[in-house]
Amino acid sequence: MRFLSKALVITWKDALSEMRTKEVLSSVVVFALLVIVIFNFAFGASQEKMLLVAPGILWVTFTFAGMLSINRAFIPEKEQGCLEGLMVCPISREAIYIGKMLGSLLFMLIVEAIALPIFTFLFNLPVLSLQLVVVTVLATLGFVAVGTLFSALAVNTKAREMVLPILFLPIVVPLIISAVKASELALSRESWATLASWLGIMGAFDVIFLVVSFLVFAFVIEE
Amino acid sequence: MGKSYLRNILSAVSFLLMAASLYMVFVYVPTEATMGIVQRIFYLMVPVAWLSLLSFLIVFIGSILYLRKKQSRWDVLARSSAEIGIIFTTLTLITGSLWARPVWGVWWTWEPRLTATLVLWFIYLAYFLARSLAAEEHRGATFAAVVGILGFVDVPIIGLATTLWRGIHPGALIFQGGLAPSMLLTLMVSLAAFTALYSLLLLQRISMKNDEIEIKRLLGLTAERHNTGDR
Amino acid sequence: MTADNGKVSPVWAIDIQGLTKSFGNSLALRGIDFQVGQGESVVIFGPNGAGKTTLIKLLASIMNPTSGKILINGRSLKDNAEEVRRQIGVVTHQTFLYSHLTGRENLEFYSRLYDVPRRRERIDEVAALVGMKSRLHDRVGTLSRGMQQRLSIARCLLHRPSIILLDEPETGLDQQATAMLWQALWSAGESPTIVLTTHSLERGLALCERLLILAWGRIAYQGSTRALGLDDLRRTYQHCVGIEP
Repeated sequence: MRFLSKALVITWKDALSEMRTKEVLSSVVVFALLVIVIFNFAFGASQEKMLLVAPGILWVTFTFAGMLSINRAFIPEKEQGCLEGLMVCPISREAIYIGKMLGSLLFMLIVEAIALPIFTFLFNLPVLSLQLVVVTVLATLGFVAVGTLFSALAVNTKAREMVLPILFLPIVVPLIISAVKASELALSRESWATLASWLGIMGAFDVIFLVVSFLVFAFVIEE
Repeated sequence: MGKSYLRNILSAVSFLLMAASLYMVFVYVPTEATMGIVQRIFYLMVPVAWLSLLSFLIVFIGSILYLRKKQSRWDVLARSSAEIGIIFTTLTLITGSLWARPVWGVWWTWEPRLTATLVLWFIYLAYFLARSLAAEEHRGATFAAVVGILGFVDVPIIGLATTLWRGIHPGALIFQGGLAPSMLLTLMVSLAAFTALYSLLLLQRISMKNDEIEIKRLLGLTAERHNTGDR
Repeated sequence: MTADNGKVSPVWAIDIQGLTKSFGNSLALRGIDFQVGQGESVVIFGPNGAGKTTLIKLLASIMNPTSGKILINGRSLKDNAEEVRRQIGVVTHQTFLYSHLTGRENLEFYSRLYDVPRRRERIDEVAALVGMKSRLHDRVGTLSRGMQQRLSIARCLLHRPSIILLDEPETGLDQQATAMLWQALWSAGESPTIVLTTHSLERGLALCERLLILAWGRIAYQGSTRALGLDDLRRTYQHCVGIEP
């Protein structure tokens, strides 16, 4: 488990750095709340309508919030050439990927853990169910699996803030579709069996893209 | 020499097949009973849709080989195929919307296959964007290859998700009742004609790209000679 | 240490064979062969774009060569990358330090990645060596460029590398800071093998035993620094490279 312990050292470093600056967490949480509030204006606040659009709002919020935080993931690694510093360390490139991925996963889950109860509160919806938590975790894992890879890629391009959404969004379309549909079912308190096919798609996406991103990550950071 | 020979044969073959398929689509095959004349778009739509997938398969293979071997010819293959692929994907979207207008009465419908094609089109765009925004050319090739690999792996998942999303069972889409033998034959000839055209375009594009690379290399050489000659 | 004494076959600290590196269609290195003995110090000169940084990055395994081989202490860099990296320390003009973390946290982070035993003591030790022990609790971002670079040297020395690669480490430092930097590095003891790239002919000549001039991705000159005066070096450099240093 040397591999995992090295990856966790990198996650620990990111968490420590984030605790200092609270750069990502604070801005992303505020951003998520703002999106929720703005959607409220866009759709009006009637209860029946809310139930209809809530899953969409939830996932648009998390998608944009996720993009904001993933965009930042590799910027500190570029500032003082730190990524090269990691590359000369006796760890594999893949450990860097897993470490950064776990860091982004942690941040995203914290943001969601803050945003979901507020969502419940503002929209008066039963958001806090086990089903919804499972959906959120599965979707977020897929997001950061692809996002971490593209973040490492985008940081080496000319217009990095612009690049990430354009690369990232088409790839995660199946994840967004599944998350929205599954959340819709979860909000109307359907059984697990009706959610199964959506959870299946998300699970498959997570596994496939974790493996593929793991395999190609080294090519993205090496010249 | 061998390659241009191959290209000549391919030109002839695709020309003949294309002529045959045009004849079959407009003269030979009977008009479909319920949908009428519009249904003939089908013989164009299916081949271009097939090519948008085939092109991406070639992009995928080229991308893997490029990452493994770092030889520019694999990048040239993937890139050329992507360039042809995005044209055929665009054509699929256009024919799809031409089809949707008389059949459903709207220019665009979020029909699962059409939706999936649209996402595919965006992935193709991402492929070119990743390349063009990299600071150096060789890194652009690597980034594009990464998008090519992830994008292709994503295609079946996108297909599955968009199908389920519209509440249609995936099995139902593959064969909605059989085609009449004459229609099937026409479709097959069209498919063959377009596949031959694709191969021809691909070879042509690859050879152009290789020429470009060779010219750049020669320019680089002369520039260097110039530099070293200065002292 | 020489190769031709016949009896013992010495293990070169660095053994580079037929090394090439191309970026797309442009060749950065076109066939480099050279060896560095244990404990030897080599300085690499050359104009921008000659391939100095590429060579260092290849040695540090940040990049992979297009063809050719690099052996570090007799072991292939490609096949044992993770093990071989343990023996290498790198300092460049970038510090590899995270500006939001303190010096100690940065060193702690790297010492974990390098599996440094008795981390606390070792961090104190290297910090003392570069004269930064009292500033370890400051965030790196608040330190001056020179101090950051000294911490960077501490980072490089943490895991007692037997080979140290220095890529223009004095860039962006003033005279005084540079002098301190070199002092810190050379007082580290344990006489590691050193490969240095620098723009300053004078300093390179003073610090290293052997010199190498790279031009157009090839080795244009190599020799000992001992018999060479600064003026001779200037002339040789100009002859090899075609421009003023």
